[in-house]
Amino acid sequence: MREKAEAQIAAESETALPTIVIGMATCGLAAGALETKKGFEETLQERGIEARIKSVGCIGHCYAEPVVIVHNPGFPPILYHQVTPGKARMLVRSFLEDGDPLFEYMLGAMEANDMIPAVGDFPRFNREERVVLDLCGDIDPERIEAYIARGGYAALAKALQGQPQGVVAEVSDAGLRGRGGAGFPTGRKWALAAGAESAGKTVICNADEGDPGAYMDRTILESNPHQVLEGLALCAYAVGAKEAVVYVRAEYPLAVKTVTRAIEQAVRWRLLGKDILGSGVDLDVSVFQGSGAFVCGEETALIQSIEGRRGMPQHRPPYPVEKGLWGLPTVINNVKTLASIPRILQGGAEWYRTIGTGKSPGTAIFSVVGNVTHPGLVEIPMGVTLRSLIFEVCGGIPKKKRFKAVQIGGPSGGCLPAEFLDTPIDFDSLSQAGAMMGSGGMVVMDEDTCMVDVARYFLDFTQKESCGKCTFCRIGTRHLLDILERITKGEAREGDLDLLDELSRDIQGGSLCALGRTAPNPILTSLRYFREEYEAHVYEKRCPAMVCRALTAFYIDLDKCARGCDACVGSCPVEAIFTTLNRKKGIDQSLCVKCGECMVACPPEYSAVCKVSPPEKAPIIERPAKAAEG
Amino acid sequence: MADTIEAEEREMVEDITSFLAGYSKERRHLIPLLQTIQQRHKYLSEDAIRLVAGHLELSPCEVYGVATFYNQFRFNPPGRNQIKVCLGTACHVKGGDIILENFERKLGIKDGETTLDREFSIERVACVGCCALAPVALVNETVHGHVAPSKVEGLVLGFQLAKEKAERERRKEASGERQGTD
Repeated sequence: MREKAEAQIAAESETALPTIVIGMATCGLAAGALETKKGFEETLQERGIEARIKSVGCIGHCYAEPVVIVHNPGFPPILYHQVTPGKARMLVRSFLEDGDPLFEYMLGAMEANDMIPAVGDFPRFNREERVVLDLCGDIDPERIEAYIARGGYAALAKALQGQPQGVVAEVSDAGLRGRGGAGFPTGRKWALAAGAESAGKTVICNADEGDPGAYMDRTILESNPHQVLEGLALCAYAVGAKEAVVYVRAEYPLAVKTVTRAIEQAVRWRLLGKDILGSGVDLDVSVFQGSGAFVCGEETALIQSIEGRRGMPQHRPPYPVEKGLWGLPTVINNVKTLASIPRILQGGAEWYRTIGTGKSPGTAIFSVVGNVTHPGLVEIPMGVTLRSLIFEVCGGIPKKKRFKAVQIGGPSGGCLPAEFLDTPIDFDSLSQAGAMMGSGGMVVMDEDTCMVDVARYFLDFTQKESCGKCTFCRIGTRHLLDILERITKGEAREGDLDLLDELSRDIQGGSLCALGRTAPNPILTSLRYFREEYEAHVYEKRCPAMVCRALTAFYIDLDKCARGCDACVGSCPVEAIFTTLNRKKGIDQSLCVKCGECMVACPPEYSAVCKVSPPEKAPIIERPAKAAEG
Repeated sequence: MADTIEAEEREMVEDITSFLAGYSKERRHLIPLLQTIQQRHKYLSEDAIRLVAGHLELSPCEVYGVATFYNQFRFNPPGRNQIKVCLGTACHVKGGDIILENFERKLGIKDGETTLDREFSIERVACVGCCALAPVALVNETVHGHVAPSKVEGLVLGFQLAKEKAERERRKEASGERQGTD
């Protein structure tokens, strides 16, 4: 089988044609990859050049989208960033026709060579270690041959020749911990399910990635769905399940499409479905679309929603491995966990243990977003420090701003200040610091971020997403949110900060599932590490970061304002900016919605727009009477 | 206005009845059925809920209870152009709520509403997973990254201009035809 796939892929690459590889996952598409592709196609046709265009998933450099890699025979493969259709046209003409690779547009060469600096020399590529994401952005996710030719499904074929216990043992020995957030040992979960006596068992791939700010599960499914399916098949074989469900959020239409097509292909190649590879093992895989409820990421709630009910968490025990979907033993694993399995079986437990730390072997995948220079998807070995991830891999904080905090683990996680930058990233160190690994969302915040506002944001989210089953979670989070809203509006009362703390602890104790138990984390960590910021809001009615809109105001510094420049007037969405008698500008505070557009619009040589907190500090400039407007 | 909605709903009922028969009466079909209906008709009408409940032998309350639990389902007709503003963490840190407000102000409707001419509707969504491009807004299926308040104005203006142009051409055509018949 592998030879057949290899032959197909090799036949295509041997033709010595230039190949243009375009990243076409959701983020690439959002940045305009489709137009870029069209640009390439049109120009190639116009100029009569023969070249292949290959769509791949996410290459991981989200800051540089649309990303294109050009393989031109005689040159190393070169990575180009922000390739607009115009640049696409130039690349075809200069590089493919005239052999000038256009240094100004490139990020670097993909391989070490004598001509062009290689991306491997950049800190990002040095620090990264791609184990799970290895093939993402390299192979065409729409073609099973591409995956098989790179060794895909070999682990499954080999496992089918041995015993299921062998697979469980290998995963246990590798020390893999569930990448969904909690870090439960995967091998132990599988062993429990394998030992359960039951006529039917199910395995579920949890791709209900509801965390705002996290998107690696989506990216893996869009870029390399077969690796996940192989992991799913291995899991099913190991525990003796004949049915598998891939639970994907309906908000990820491309991921749904990619994985559905991948299942069809795998069934056709007899890698899933009836009698897999002639071994007599069956596995029926279906896709279930989640409908947008954050709490359904919790396994018992997820099962409820597949069964056609409200996704409310249930008491555990019994755990799903004893009594899950339709009352049968069920193993639920995250996308990243499953995608790690084929790699572990290929390389062996011993090899896997050489990556990462003793208690958290393997790699961690983070989507690093927010105020960093190079946001994107990063895979690093466990144990790398936060500092190294944020400053080396992701390029640090843009615009010479200062680092303030990093929020890890989404609404269930916490904010860590600069003192924690040297914390190694692994399950245990992070929870010790008060954050958690969570699903791997990481939001970096600079000095312009208000921690009270961030806590309010997360509480708003968890409060809306609470299923309502537990009183503490339902009403308690509402109370917390009310208090935070009062604080951000400068209407805080005496004792509010103590109340926040007390109520948070009660909610942690009185909730059934992790949503409620972790909902107060953003408040507790920010209270602990940024208490003075809360105090400024409460006692001085001032927002130090100048974010909370009720506590800040914009004004125009008349000494800096240029006569006759109208940039701010045009940018204001509510016409709050007017021209004073001497043709300078003023802001009508009663109309201003504090969107900050004028600050962006004001030419940097003037930078006349200023921000103050509390708002009373803004000088009042009268709008002149009618005469001036005429 | 009311007529068009009535006609739409009649059509929806017919369509749903025709494909419901293809599903067995098991409860596990509930969410996939609601998703299919919403995909085909953009929202779930009262009749749609009733039909699904009847088919699966559940009470309409039960079906409505499940449907309202999930963020995906909507119960009123959306606009022809659906605007979704992402309010994920990265978008929040970069000012997503200001973008939402600006759309609301420009179109004169609030989050979850549809303009009277059914041209636009606005929704907030939790996270579309394009965090590196924050703040993000979706207009129909197109993802717009790095949205700024001024970009919002451009987008809305673009739609208005396109509409006015179509209107002018329609009128021109109509007048041309009239002249032809004279």
